[in-house]
Amino acid sequence: MENNKKDKNQNVAADVTEEVVLNTGAEAEKEKTAGAAEKAEAAKAEKPAVNDYKLKKGIIGGKAANRIINVLLVLGCLTILFPLYMTVIIAFKQPTEMTNDVAGALAFPSQWSFDNFREAMRVTDFWHSLGNSFLLTGVTVVICILLHSIAGYVIGRKMEKHSVFKISYFYIVSGMFVPFAVLMMPLIKQTAQLGIANRVGVIVLYVVFFMPMNMMLYTSYLKNIPIALEEAAYVDGATAWQTYWRIIFPNMKPMHATVAVLTAMSTWNDVMTPLVIMSGTDQNTLPLAQLNFQTQFGTNYNLAFASYLLALLPIMIFYIICQKQIINGVVNGAVK
Amino acid sequence: MMGKKKKENIYVDRSWTKNDKIFLGILIPVLVLFFCFNTLPLLKGFYYGLTNFKGYGSYDFVGLRNFRDIFTDVRVGKSYLFTFKYAIVMTLAVNVISLILALGLNREIKGKSALRGIYFVPNILGGLVVGYIFSFIFTYILPAIGNATGIGFLQNSMLASTKTAWIAIVIVGAWQGIAMNTIIYISGLQTVPVDVYEAGMLDGATGWTKFRKLTFPLILPFFTINLVLCMKNALMVFDQIMALTKGGPSQSTESISYLIYNNGMSGGQFGFQSANAFLFFIMIVVISFLQMKFLGGKEEQL
Repeated sequence: MENNKKDKNQNVAADVTEEVVLNTGAEAEKEKTAGAAEKAEAAKAEKPAVNDYKLKKGIIGGKAANRIINVLLVLGCLTILFPLYMTVIIAFKQPTEMTNDVAGALAFPSQWSFDNFREAMRVTDFWHSLGNSFLLTGVTVVICILLHSIAGYVIGRKMEKHSVFKISYFYIVSGMFVPFAVLMMPLIKQTAQLGIANRVGVIVLYVVFFMPMNMMLYTSYLKNIPIALEEAAYVDGATAWQTYWRIIFPNMKPMHATVAVLTAMSTWNDVMTPLVIMSGTDQNTLPLAQLNFQTQFGTNYNLAFASYLLALLPIMIFYIICQKQIINGVVNGAVK
Repeated sequence: MMGKKKKENIYVDRSWTKNDKIFLGILIPVLVLFFCFNTLPLLKGFYYGLTNFKGYGSYDFVGLRNFRDIFTDVRVGKSYLFTFKYAIVMTLAVNVISLILALGLNREIKGKSALRGIYFVPNILGGLVVGYIFSFIFTYILPAIGNATGIGFLQNSMLASTKTAWIAIVIVGAWQGIAMNTIIYISGLQTVPVDVYEAGMLDGATGWTKFRKLTFPLILPFFTINLVLCMKNALMVFDQIMALTKGGPSQSTESISYLIYNNGMSGGQFGFQSANAFLFFIMIVVISFLQMKFLGGKEEQL
């Protein structure tokens, strides 16, 4: 089998070089970078070279078509970039520059000054809300990773043996069907009665609210970790607790990343939970500060946009740094 | 220890070992926590739904009156209509556009990863702030463009009219939702092996036929995921409404979540909106089950 495969790969190489002669250089470059063994396998099937070229064209798409699509996609990006561009421009302008025509809002400011940002920071108590957002997100993510991974492990490993665990699994997963709006009113009463109508309560609610999703992710990931690893640890005399922290927890690292991304993004951008739970305190999160700002100083757009930009900045920076992890996390979370 | 046994014997050992008991000991507090902040409030919500509680003071038990009144309440009816209209239009628009985008972004094009990175940006931004930014576009930029170019329907703010305000909310929701669904479709398209297309090409499948007969059936699981996710998010729409219209004009864009929040918190309808919330929950469950039943079984296997 191994030899056979190698043979095929050599044929692939041969086919690709043949293509260079047949097609234009650019096309061949693409073939090489694509370098998919399957493609070449089809090429190996007995059929004339012209047909083969057509086939390739169909798979990868015509070059002209690609160019048009490329242009369209770049133009499409403008719908994404335009609101962001507008935000930056308005944030740097003075109210006097905001005339009623399109240019008034979209032309470059006469001078780039950070005065709006300074003022917005002061009015919205920026550092305070930023700190709160970091605190809520950070603590929630850490607790979620620690608690939900244990829950996922405990349930996942014993699901098939005892029905208690299986029932618990479905019980917790069914929590995904309960929107926050449904629980909102009773939770306000409940957190007030328990004296946690504050940041602590919000964190507790997040931990419970994200549990179904995160636990499901961990349980499904557990299937990739061979049970033999734990058995070996038990044989060596490790306790269940030690086994978990030394063997299982480190092995679930890829899932920790997914859970961290999903939890962090939902927590960071959430408005409803802090809005209804922390309304009695004078604590703000970053989105909540925008909401309060809007009701108080809504008419000064330059100040408002400076404030929006400040609110968007942390997550944008986070996205630029770990774009790959974020996209992977989101896709993993949705697909599993 | 247990794993090997399970595989060798057909019957599963159900005796409680020491290890099992430790696991149960960890499970119980987790279950208690989950019950206290998920199931208990749900039950309490149902209980409040049976009362005329205003959110403060004393209250009386009124039986199922609230649940009966919901069906005749005009404002509740309007909010359900709006929410469903929004969710259906949004799900269709988002899935069509993001599928097209994903097909484009999956081709051999220049700057592919940069483009993908940019198209994903709206997903990471918070709905509230995005709503505020778009609110400015709808109230100032679009009318300004309308005045400059003489295009009639742009001259008035979309948010000011009961006929168009919901479209504005769909646009903002879609702007954010497309980002997520596109990425999921791209990951779906990457699971389609090239030899499937090759086989299809030999049978003469090109363009639309290729998409309909080959690509689409193979990414159907991803289509299902996107449909369910998008529908679920759209039914719970809140942030965008808070930022753009606050339910107006004349309650034409009041979503169920927003109505529960607004009237339950400050409108003195704590009991009534609790009943509404409970019905909303039942509805979400029914829709989710229907979606899973109709979409779950159709997946194509290679």
